Amino acid sequence: MSGYKQAFKKAFPYTIPVLTGYLFIGIAFGVMYAEKGYSFLWAILMSLLVYAGSGQYLGVNFFVPGVSFLQVIFLTLMVNVRHIFYGISLLEKFNNMDKKRWYMIFGLTDETYSLLCTTNVPKDVDEEKFLFAISLMNQCYWVIGSALGGIAGNFLPFNSEGIEFAMTALFVVIFVEQWMSKENRIPELIGVVAALICLQIFGAGQFVLPTMLVIIAVLFIGRKRISREVDNPCH
Amino acid sequence: MPLDAKTSFLIILAMALTTFATRVIPFLLFPKGKEVPKTVQYLGTVLTPAVIGMLVVYCLKSTEVISYPYGIPELIAVTAVVVLHVWKRNNLLSIGCGTILYMIIIQAVF
Repeated sequence: MSGYKQAFKKAFPYTIPVLTGYLFIGIAFGVMYAEKGYSFLWAILMSLLVYAGSGQYLGVNFFVPGVSFLQVIFLTLMVNVRHIFYGISLLEKFNNMDKKRWYMIFGLTDETYSLLCTTNVPKDVDEEKFLFAISLMNQCYWVIGSALGGIAGNFLPFNSEGIEFAMTALFVVIFVEQWMSKENRIPELIGVVAALICLQIFGAGQFVLPTMLVIIAVLFIGRKRISREVDNPCH
Repeated sequence: MPLDAKTSFLIILAMALTTFATRVIPFLLFPKGKEVPKTVQYLGTVLTPAVIGMLVVYCLKSTEVISYPYGIPELIAVTAVVVLHVWKRNNLLSIGCGTILYMIIIQAVF
């Protein structure tokens, strides 16, 4: 267990941005869900079982009389479909793990994925435990944020407008950090440009899947050129 | 609550299972012990920075660019985060200041 203590201690500083972001957007989610008439216990339950930022934002709207389960499944699938591709970067890392890997897979949110793939594991700590610590702490922040929002939403409504920007800021920060390594620049630009073009064509509601497909296509087409410039960040 | 507890719970369960399904698919396609093809390995490597680029756009997807306020709050806040981060390289500082700045701009200015 001492290995775990060390892992959590070492991992904590890396999770602080997510702590900030998840507390804020978790609170926003809790407030939204409370406004629908659900106590903070329900917010905690959803954050424990579902654990998906934008999915849960959207999900709040499912709780109306006459909702169809097919619709719930379809819309959740649409908003989370990008996650299908995330595991590809983590196959080797997770497949080397024991039963922990099921939790690691469950916890693959945008933010956790980004951290797991872009953080250099400190030398004096067990890698698996370190990664597990990141995932678990991130979900704790999310659950705590949801609970706080659920409680505050029931008792003291406040102007939370704009707090969701914490998540944008987190990805901008990770983007800048990645940019510092030259080999990431071309893939980053491919991601931004593909997303901007698909956003124009398909609209804000459904551009993510086309974007992912364009990204993968371009990454394959440019493989020879990109391979030379890429150092493997995730394996 | 607009729905009874059982229906509410089942909705959450449906969301949970669907979300998990999206995350587990690559691990079902390339399970433990099976060698991952070189092409997929390459993809896994370059996909991360590309996805992060996409996620930045994804977070900003609802920005009003053509009509008022013309994306100005987002532009200011994102620029602040980038400048602050290149300058100080402190995640918490960049994210915290950027978020507070954004909230002030959209609540008090625009």
